[in-house]
Amino acid sequence: MQDAITHLLNRIGFGPRPDDIERVQEAGIQKYLDQQLHPERIHDAVAEARLASIPSLTMRTPQLLESYPAVQKLARQFRIRQGDENKRDVRRQVLAYYEENGLNLPQRLLQELESQKIVRAVHSERQLQEVMTDFWFNHFNVFWSKNADRWLTTAYEMNAIRPNVLGKFKDLLMATAKSPAMLFYLDNFLSSSLKGINENYARELMELHTLGVDGGYTQKDVQEVARAFTGWSIDGPQRNGEFMFRPRIHDDGEKIVLGHRINAGGIKDGEMVLEILARHPGTAHFISTKLVRRFVSDNPPEALVKRVADVFRKTDGDIREMMRTIVTSPEFNSAEAQGAKTKTPFEFAVSSIRVLDGSTDGSRQLAQAIARMGQPLYQCQPPTGFPDRADHWMSNGAVVERLNFAVALSANRIPGTTVRIDDSMKSIALKLGSPEFQKR
Amino acid sequence: MVVTRRDFLKSSGLALAAFVAAPNVWAGKEHPIIIAIFQRGAADGLSMVVPFGDKHYYSVRQQIAIPEPLSSGGERAIDLDGFFGLHPALDSVKPIYDQGHLAIVHAAGSPDNTRSHFDAQDYMESGTPGNKGVADGWLNRYIQAHLESDSTPFRAIAIGANTPRSLMGTAPAVAMNRIADFGVHGGGATPEMENAFAEMYRDTFDAVKLLRRANPQQYEPAHGANYPNSPYGQALLQIAQLVKADIGLEVAFADVGGWDTHANQGSSRGQLANHLKEFGDGLAALYRDLDDRMRNIVIVTMTEFGRAVRQNGSGGTDHGHASCMFVCGGPVKGGKVYGRWPGLAPEQLFEGRDLALTTDCRDVLAELLVKHMGAKDVSKVFPQFRPGGTLKLL
Repeated sequence: MQDAITHLLNRIGFGPRPDDIERVQEAGIQKYLDQQLHPERIHDAVAEARLASIPSLTMRTPQLLESYPAVQKLARQFRIRQGDENKRDVRRQVLAYYEENGLNLPQRLLQELESQKIVRAVHSERQLQEVMTDFWFNHFNVFWSKNADRWLTTAYEMNAIRPNVLGKFKDLLMATAKSPAMLFYLDNFLSSSLKGINENYARELMELHTLGVDGGYTQKDVQEVARAFTGWSIDGPQRNGEFMFRPRIHDDGEKIVLGHRINAGGIKDGEMVLEILARHPGTAHFISTKLVRRFVSDNPPEALVKRVADVFRKTDGDIREMMRTIVTSPEFNSAEAQGAKTKTPFEFAVSSIRVLDGSTDGSRQLAQAIARMGQPLYQCQPPTGFPDRADHWMSNGAVVERLNFAVALSANRIPGTTVRIDDSMKSIALKLGSPEFQKR
Repeated sequence: MVVTRRDFLKSSGLALAAFVAAPNVWAGKEHPIIIAIFQRGAADGLSMVVPFGDKHYYSVRQQIAIPEPLSSGGERAIDLDGFFGLHPALDSVKPIYDQGHLAIVHAAGSPDNTRSHFDAQDYMESGTPGNKGVADGWLNRYIQAHLESDSTPFRAIAIGANTPRSLMGTAPAVAMNRIADFGVHGGGATPEMENAFAEMYRDTFDAVKLLRRANPQQYEPAHGANYPNSPYGQALLQIAQLVKADIGLEVAFADVGGWDTHANQGSSRGQLANHLKEFGDGLAALYRDLDDRMRNIVIVTMTEFGRAVRQNGSGGTDHGHASCMFVCGGPVKGGKVYGRWPGLAPEQLFEGRDLALTTDCRDVLAELLVKHMGAKDVSKVFPQFRPGGTLKLL
């Protein structure tokens, strides 16, 4: 029973806190799972209180652009010549202006994103919601450091990803397709019937977001999908940063996508493509495979993938129902599945803090330690996201960084993070650093 | 399961003792080294090495073409042979070409026609284009097939937190962020604790202890070699450092990103030019820093595919097919652009849009492994591959 609960907490959450196992045992596994599948019903005051001090989370993008302006933008305002903004006295003058006017550098937005992600994973009672947010952000990856995405990624996670993580897949797909962060990251905002198409988003939409690379689409389909999404744009990536459809650059001609004729016209062309992809059996299979890999094993059992894909098809892509199928499956609850997954650096760091009943403000130093272990949060450059496989994470260098983290945490030397030490520091460090604790 | 000599040494507890007792057994030994550099994101071979002699080049790339060497004004391609020219941002490698130690293979790459970054990188690094079932990388299989009695943990290394696909496999390979951080340090770690960790992670600590003995701290590049201040530049610097530490390095890997230029890639200047400058300056610094050691070293560069011949609607280029490879080092017969040029006329393009491929990257890599590294048999490294004839790069 204890093993089953630990397994559950390791998979649908970021590992148990000391009293969690007892709590779940009292409530019953079934009831705990039902609660986790409905995060909106879970009271989460502790995490929410900790997030209250992170201002950017509730701001709209235009306000982020105002409050966290690029140095170059201010330099232009002061009529500082391009290139001069890095000179020391100029930089001092600009930074003084930030200070006087209550502004922050854009880098601060990254710190606040990292911080909220860590704080929620450590402190939120809505553990499954946090795991799913991590999963879907990585599935629909965007790269924070790509120019305007520094201001667009906050709204992306808060508004496109978070509200949909246990909803319908097609809503998640639509929200990411219309998100300025994705339109900027994969260049679709530049795709134009007048100047020419840009295939970047169209290709990744099918390869990474829906069908998978072996999903049966052709180069011709990529071009047709790109035509359908011409005009899906942004109202000034660094001015307003909101979604905008531009009819003037939309290609209204007929398109053939995966054998379907599309001539709805205007924004409906792209929406129809998303409908087709969200209903496609290839998508059901691809998404199910990724979910089973994340929650069960690096080598997803095909029988389970098939059953989850069936649920996808029967429920119009209901993620909550797919998750219920996975977690209650014999495969998930088998002995082989326990401890079969290697923790990512993020999972390792968060589960370490949780197991030591710790608290954290998600400081920069903690995010940097996670980056050194191989996972710079919000800064995975390729659209694939981070790989979900053990062999990617456990290089010798990464092992050494994990051990250094284990030592620093058990000595309470990570600023902003405190853990409870009720054993010798050495034995705690050795436990966190052990091969077994790298598994979940 | 095949028991390797290394496994045997490990189980007998002899391995570490042997390394630690004689950390510099490799000093002064003439041993070939291969350094592989992966340009992730699909680098535009047509801008790196410009086919200015092909009249179609300028008609399909109005904004982003690199002006030909003899045109007037602006920064132009640097003439190599009257037909090809280097991007001006690669000027730092031109002297190596002129000295005859940099060869370029054009229209080269992986023969699979995927335009997926992930699949194409995976195929190139596994060394098995079109076959997803191969779990290990080509460099790891080279090591597996050529086990040597005096191998150290540093025989194969990559700089970066994660092991690259090329080095994944059963043969040991070290991947680490920074040499200086490679060890358990600070924060209350005691030798006792380190010993306990060493019991848990034997391979890792073999490497940690060997590196500590070699003490490669306080590194100053030779001859004023100036590495770019970027993860890529610093990776190359550390590779040079490990080469000079004489701890048995034979295979090194680094990567450099930023090549996925779908938008505003620029021409002689701009986004792509900036990346090329970083790329070329890094190569030039490594070459200068390693100096006469380069007589035993070959550097080879690769990218998963090239980019479409025609520019797209956003001043960039979408995914294509063939690109180009650089091969650089003392043993290289450089000063020449190798490979058959397939042409850029519409009917000559691959699938009507991309530079056709005339050299399989495995032909280049296999030749380097055989002639430079002394590999006896590359059929295990590149299974089911029939070499298409050597280029005679060496």
